[in-house]
Amino acid sequence: MCKPVDILLVGVGGQGTILASKVLCAAAEAAGFDIKMSEIHGMAQRGGSVVTQVRLGEKVYSPLIEEGCADIMLSFEKLEALRWLHWMKNDGTIIVNNYAVAPVPVLAGVAEYPANVLEYIEEKVPGCTILHAVEIAKSCGNSKAANVVLLGAMAREMPVSREFWQQALDSVIPPKLLDINKKAFDAGYNAVN
Amino acid sequence: MKNLLSGNAAIARGAYEAGVILAAGYPGTPSTEILENLSRYKNVYSEWAPNEKVALEVALGSSFSGARSLVTMKHVGVNVAADPLLTSAYTGVNGGLVLVSADDPGMHSSQNEQDNRRLAALAKLPVLEPASSQEAKEMVLQGFEISEKYDIPVILRITTRIAHSQGYVLLKDPVSREVREYNKNPRKNLMVPGYARMRRIDLDKRVENLRLYSEDTPVNCIEGSSSAVGIITSGVSYQYVKEVLPNTAVFKLGMTNPLPVQRIKEFAGSVEKLYIVEELEPFIEEQLQILGINATGKDLFPNTGEFSPGLLRSIFARAGVLEEDEHKNAEIDDAPAVPGRPPVLCPGCPHRGVFYTLRKMKLSVTGDIGCYTLGGLPPIEGIDSCVCMGASIGMAHGAEKVSPVMKDKTVAVIGDSTFMHSGITGLLNLVYNKGTSTVIILDNRTTAMTGHQDHPATGCTLMGEKAPELDIEALCRALGVNRVNTVDPLDLSQLKETIKNEIDAAEPSVIIARRPCALLSKEPVGPRVEVDLESCEGCGACLKLGCPAISMQEDKASVDPFTCNGCGICIQVCKFGALVKGGNSSV
Repeated sequence: MCKPVDILLVGVGGQGTILASKVLCAAAEAAGFDIKMSEIHGMAQRGGSVVTQVRLGEKVYSPLIEEGCADIMLSFEKLEALRWLHWMKNDGTIIVNNYAVAPVPVLAGVAEYPANVLEYIEEKVPGCTILHAVEIAKSCGNSKAANVVLLGAMAREMPVSREFWQQALDSVIPPKLLDINKKAFDAGYNAVN
Repeated sequence: MKNLLSGNAAIARGAYEAGVILAAGYPGTPSTEILENLSRYKNVYSEWAPNEKVALEVALGSSFSGARSLVTMKHVGVNVAADPLLTSAYTGVNGGLVLVSADDPGMHSSQNEQDNRRLAALAKLPVLEPASSQEAKEMVLQGFEISEKYDIPVILRITTRIAHSQGYVLLKDPVSREVREYNKNPRKNLMVPGYARMRRIDLDKRVENLRLYSEDTPVNCIEGSSSAVGIITSGVSYQYVKEVLPNTAVFKLGMTNPLPVQRIKEFAGSVEKLYIVEELEPFIEEQLQILGINATGKDLFPNTGEFSPGLLRSIFARAGVLEEDEHKNAEIDDAPAVPGRPPVLCPGCPHRGVFYTLRKMKLSVTGDIGCYTLGGLPPIEGIDSCVCMGASIGMAHGAEKVSPVMKDKTVAVIGDSTFMHSGITGLLNLVYNKGTSTVIILDNRTTAMTGHQDHPATGCTLMGEKAPELDIEALCRALGVNRVNTVDPLDLSQLKETIKNEIDAAEPSVIIARRPCALLSKEPVGPRVEVDLESCEGCGACLKLGCPAISMQEDKASVDPFTCNGCGICIQVCKFGALVKGGNSSV
C-alpha cells in the first residue's frame, strides 16, 4: 500500500484556507481517494495561524500528518510557510504566496518579521514555487480569489486530473463567483512551469 | 451513499438516523457544530440552552417523556451539567439519552484539558469513544440502543481531532421517530433518599450488565496478532497507532467504560509486552494496574497535550518497538526566528476600547470566558484573571470583601452569553451580600467566540425562529441593582467617565457596554482611519490598542486600509490628532 499524499494548507485566519481545502477534498473525492482532513477552529479564527491537514490515499488512518513527512505545502502567507517548514520532507513541494501579513506582536514592535523568508525556504526546499497570487487574482477580477490561484498552482503537483478539479469548483464555489474563480484556478495552474 | 463529514457533522447525522426527537446544548469548542448541523435536519427539534446544566435537564425531561434525546457540550460544560448528570445515572431513562462530551487535549480553545472519562466513571456511566467520523455516527446509534436497553444515559466522548477531522461516512435512512409511552414511576424518577437508595443498588446491577456488554460489543475488537508486542488504545490514538505500527496486534476499545476486563486479560496474556496508548489521563492503565496486568503507558507517553503519529513513532523507537527512520525532513536548524501569531481581538471589535480603558485606569479586572479573554493578552493586558464561565462576578465580589487594596478598584467583565450562562447568580449574590463591585457586561449581541450562536437576548432561536429578547437592563434591576448604565464602548470618554462614577459608588453597579460584534456585519463600523503624517509624532500610543490594522512605518503610525474597520478608537487615543477619519467609507 502506498503512503498517502500529505498536504498542508497554512495561512492566517480569514485568508480562505477552509474554502481551498473544501475544493481540494471535493476533487480528491471525485478522483476516488480515501481522505482524512483535519482543521482547528476556535482561537485560530481571530487572526491567528491557521493550518489544515489533508491526507489522500488508498486507505488513510491518521487525520494528522507526521512531522517531517508532508509532501506538499500550500502557504497563503510567507511567514506561515516558514512556521510549518519543519513539517515538510526535504524533497517535498512548496507553493507559497508572496504575501506578508504582520502578526500583532510585529505591529506592536515587540517582535520582528524576519527578512529573506522566501530565500531561506527556496534554499532548504528546492521544490518551491513562489507566486504573487494576490496580483494574479486581481487580474482575474477579484483579489480575494488568491486562495483559488494557489490551489490551481498546486493542482499541477497532485495526482488528481483536471476534470475532477473542475467538478470540485462547480460543486463548492457559489455560482455567482464561479467564473472569476475558474479564471483564477486556470491562472494559477498556468503560472507554474 | 457516503459523504465526507467532520466528526461533529457525523454525530448530527447519527442523531438524525437514530430518531432523535430533541437535542439541546450550549456552544463550546469543539462541540458547537453538532447542534448547528442537527438544526438543519427536518423533524428534529433542537435548541441552545443558556447553559449545559439546563440543556441536560431539558434532555432529561424529554427522555423521561419517552423521546430519544441528545445533549452536546464541551468538556468543561460537563462540569456545569454534573449535578443532573450524576443523579440521572440513578434514575435512568425512558427514551434513550446520549450526552456528547467534546474534550480538548492540548487546549486548542479551552482553559483546561480534563479527561471526562474520569467524570463518566465517577457518574458510573458507559462511555463510547469513536476513532473516526464513521464511528462517531455509528456510536450515536449504538449509544441510544445501550441507553434504552440498560436504562442509563450514555456518554459519547470525542476529542478535538475527532470533532474537527473529516472522513467518509456511510449515510443510512433514519429509524422511525417515536415517543415511548410515559408511565408515572416515582420510585424510578423521584430521587428522594428512600427511592434513591434503591436506585443506587439498581445502578450497580446495570453497571454489571454493562460490563458484560462491553465484553461482547464489536466496538471492542482485536486487530492483528503478534506475540511480541500488543497495544491497547482508543479514540483518535488508534489511528496514530495504525499509522506507525500497522502490523502490530491492537486491542481497540470503542467502549472505555466499563472496560472488557476478561478480554483485556486474555489479550495481555497473548503478548510479551503490552503498551497502553491513551491521550490525557491513565484511565485504562490504572484499571489494568488494579487488575494486576503489567502494561506500560504513562511511563512513556505524556499525560498532557495531543498525541500525533510523530510523537508515537519517536516514543516507540526509543522503546525499541520500531526502528527510527533516517531523518528525511528539511534541515532547518538555522531558520530565522518565527514571531508568534496569537489570536487577537478583530479590527473594529467593541471590546478593545473597554480593556484599553480599564488598563489605563489601573483597575483590577476579573475576566470571563469568550473572545474578550483575548483582552488580557499583550499589548492590551486589560484582565487579571480568568477561570471559568461566569466566575468574574463572584471573584470580584470576593476580592473586594477581603482586600482593602482591591476595594473600589475591582471590575468584573463578562460577555452577554456568558452572563446568561452563569453570571446572573453571581450578580444576585453580589446584591444580596452587599457587595459594591462594578460589573461590565460586554454585550456584543451574540455568542461570538464559538462562531455567532444565538442566545436568550438575540431574539432568535437555534432553529431560526423569532423569540422573546431578554431585556438585560431590566433583569439587572430586578436582581436589585439600582445603578444600571448602558454605554457605547466605542465612545471612550463616556466609557471612562461611567466606569469612574460606578467604581466610586458605594453599591453594586452594572455597566452594559453594548455594540454588536464587528463580524456580524460585512459593512465597516465607520469611515476608515487615515494618518496625518505631519501631526504624527511616532509616540506609538495607538499601538497599545493591539489593533491588527495599526503599525509603525518609518517612525510614523500607519493604518492598513484593508484591515481597518473604522471603529475610530485609535482617533480618540491619539493625543496629536494624527489619526483622522478617512474621506471614503470604503476602500
